[in-house]
Amino acid sequence: MNIIIASALLGVVLMLSGVFLNHAKGKRTLAIFASIILMVVAVVDVMQNTNNTILHFNGLMATNSFTAKLNAVIAFCSMLYIFLFSNEISKVGLNDAEYFALIFFALTGVFILTSYQNMFMLFLGIEILSIPQYILAGSDKRNVKSNEASLKYFLMGAFSTGFLLMGITLIYGATGTFDVSKMALMGSGEPSTIALLGILFLIVALGFKASAAPFHVWTPDVYDGSPTAFTPFMASIAKVAIFAAFIHLFHASFAGLAGRWHIIIIAIIVLTLLIGNVTAVYQQSVKRMLAYSSIAQAGFLLFAVYSLNEISQKGILLYGASYMLATMSIFAVLIKMKDYTFDGFNGLAKKQPVIAFAAAIALFSLAGIPLTGGFFGKYYMLNGAMQNGMPIWVLIFAVLMAAISVYYYFKVIQAMYFKTSIQDATEPDAVIDVPFKVMLIINTALLILLGIYPTIVTIF
Amino acid sequence: MSIIYLIILAIAVGIFTFAIHKSNTSLAAWLALAVSTVGVGITALLCRIVVRGNDGDVLDQRFDWLPDLGASFATHVNGMSAALCLLASICFVLIILSTINKNIEKPNSFYGLLLLSFAGLIGVFIAWDAMLFYIFWELALIPVYFLCSMWGGENRIKVSFKFFIYTFVGSLLMLIGLIYMYNKTPNHSFSYAAFAQLKDVLTAAEQQGLFWMLFIAFAIKMPIFPLHTWQPATYSQSITPVTMVLSAIMVKMGLFAVVRWLNPILPEAGHTFSTVIMALCVIGIVYASLLAMVQSNIKKLVAYSSIAHIGLMCAALFSFNDIGIIGAGVQMFSHGINIIGMWILVYFIETKFKTKDMNQMGGMAALNPTFAIFLVVITLANVALPLTNGFIGEFMMFNGIFNAKYLNGNTYNVLFTVLAGLGIILGAVYSLGMVQKVAFGDVKDNSLTKENTKFTNFEFVALCIVTILVIIFGFYPQPIIDLVKI
Repeated sequence: MNIIIASALLGVVLMLSGVFLNHAKGKRTLAIFASIILMVVAVVDVMQNTNNTILHFNGLMATNSFTAKLNAVIAFCSMLYIFLFSNEISKVGLNDAEYFALIFFALTGVFILTSYQNMFMLFLGIEILSIPQYILAGSDKRNVKSNEASLKYFLMGAFSTGFLLMGITLIYGATGTFDVSKMALMGSGEPSTIALLGILFLIVALGFKASAAPFHVWTPDVYDGSPTAFTPFMASIAKVAIFAAFIHLFHASFAGLAGRWHIIIIAIIVLTLLIGNVTAVYQQSVKRMLAYSSIAQAGFLLFAVYSLNEISQKGILLYGASYMLATMSIFAVLIKMKDYTFDGFNGLAKKQPVIAFAAAIALFSLAGIPLTGGFFGKYYMLNGAMQNGMPIWVLIFAVLMAAISVYYYFKVIQAMYFKTSIQDATEPDAVIDVPFKVMLIINTALLILLGIYPTIVTIF
Repeated sequence: MSIIYLIILAIAVGIFTFAIHKSNTSLAAWLALAVSTVGVGITALLCRIVVRGNDGDVLDQRFDWLPDLGASFATHVNGMSAALCLLASICFVLIILSTINKNIEKPNSFYGLLLLSFAGLIGVFIAWDAMLFYIFWELALIPVYFLCSMWGGENRIKVSFKFFIYTFVGSLLMLIGLIYMYNKTPNHSFSYAAFAQLKDVLTAAEQQGLFWMLFIAFAIKMPIFPLHTWQPATYSQSITPVTMVLSAIMVKMGLFAVVRWLNPILPEAGHTFSTVIMALCVIGIVYASLLAMVQSNIKKLVAYSSIAHIGLMCAALFSFNDIGIIGAGVQMFSHGINIIGMWILVYFIETKFKTKDMNQMGGMAALNPTFAIFLVVITLANVALPLTNGFIGEFMMFNGIFNAKYLNGNTYNVLFTVLAGLGIILGAVYSLGMVQKVAFGDVKDNSLTKENTKFTNFEFVALCIVTILVIIFGFYPQPIIDLVKI
């Protein structure tokens, strides 16, 4: 609970800092401190938490060791995000204090989504998470693509929230309660049509937010059009939060009706993996390719929704952690490039070996190569689904799609290591100083650590 | 003293060589040579321990790694793995000897990647836990991918990408198979002991499905017809030292995996499909030999001959009798040595003649008689002439295929043996044809003189080692047979 209050307060503080501090560097430093404070609060929460579930606010929120650990992982990754991107965030526009504040307000939504117990809090969390992102997506006011991204995101978000509210209403009509854990008890006997329809609407709504196919159409334009400083936040942290909410809802409430909605999830998984991977192959711009690849990664995360066991919780921790770390790394490198196409990366390994190595390990992790966290993340997802009786052809299909993903991830590695270029690949005024490289090295080391010893994250 | 130290040493020195400053071009080569020589020492001692049968501590080691996944860092060295580790070490010594003073670009990265692939390959040969085996299987692939892409012909990036994706798809299928088997073990464990009990648990249909998922991965690695299309292009586009790694040791990964991870764990499926697989292998032998006969590119010729040799070894493995399997093990060792010798000579040829087209070569025997001696000896070893090390393995394998059990028809064993023998005859045709075109005849390139076609000292040493091994093990192959039997 502390962490929700902490992130909201820190957001207000950062907002006011825009009034009192004039120097961009001061606001950046304040943002970095704020993220460190948030991390400390999260760690304190982890140490205080026992295995029992504690209810707060009359049963609106529930925390246990899993939510505390997930919050800590997310807080750590947001700390890394602020460290790596604070310079770039300041460069987006004039209102840099507001940008940092909006990020912290979005994080408040994230922390609500990880520990909600009542459907209202689910709705609140999604809205608190999304609305700052609508603003952030459009913050580069002179860029038409940014305006388009913001409007598209807002319209789709509002539309999907409508589905969410309709779904919540129908479930209330069927079960008589908004409490996520109490809904499960009501599910005995033949489920009514209202309940099934409600579940369907909830799948649609959460599918929109999670950029699962066929609800994914907004994702490439929004991720590509937003300023590159904000895309990693949207693509990684926000997505993991939505998936944590998705999994919690379906495990706690609808596990008993799994026979009904499992088939829909399988269909969504197959479509998402197919569309995400195949369209990513044809992209010319690395930023757009990463946007489509995040759809494909969402496809893998959906396996955790299918598997109703403890492995999926460990999986979401591990997959989420390695996905967030890898996204931070690759976008941190991308934002320093002059040219976002694949050929823009030519020769990076020779000029900037440390950065190229960090990007390579991040891409290995996204592709699922062993010795990186991404491999064990995919392993947990596949294993959990297999134990829950997923048909084996879906798993074979998933790994074949993962093999396709290797193609477009490795195109970047090929450009960096095997091709040469006369000019520098990086922007001339990009700040690639020692602290930045140190952060990237820490990121890379964590990814490899997760690949060698994944139990660090999964023990809770 | 355990072989895991060798892996750690290779990884540590490998990472260190990346950090050597660009101006120091020879340190990386000497470090790599030192590590490989240490490797030869350790693996030779290991072979001795395996044969003497004592000191189980060294052969069987287990460290806790991921208990809640059921995976542990477990290694087990039996005769065939010790032989292959020794082969890998000797091959890396020979590879590095053949590259010294040859002015390879970016030497630090080159030797670093060589050492990392050495570590990965040793790991594959000793892993006794399925998750560990899978991880080492992939880890052996990544440095080799970089080696193929950073050095080589013009088309190398596309070709090695095809190689990588092809192999990766196979490995992912294997991963699904391994996860499925893990879920069927009673105590949810990846250990070999748990997997070995699976044959009583799995239904026949499950065994057959799992067999193909695993075999496709191994078949792509070996390669077996029809999954071999990545091989000739990759071999000819990469530089010859990298081709040596690919053809001498990486293919043995696939064969070894069949011996350790496929046939013991899924025996009934193996019996059911042995006819099909032996048929594919034999088709591959004849097809590859015919293609080798019409090649004018010397690297592609040796590449196709390699497919033929490996096809024979795989067919022998699926004959399911002891003499065939032991023969395949002996031949894995001998083929590794012989093919390295062959590639060292090809490396020499392509640098001196400055072309890979055999029609433009000729007359090297007049310029460098020692070369001709080495060429003839190593070629005859590849053709399995008696009294060379290639012979005993081939003889045992043919014996095994002729006496193959579990074949569907009565005369298939005769048919397969005859066709495989045809492959050997064709092998003699193209090999001796290659010798004639390269070494004998008139010197077509007038810029070559006796001075600029000499061996470097290191090449000479490497070729001497190969020739000595060919002759010693040709006369007295019993040590290898004793080793591989265990």
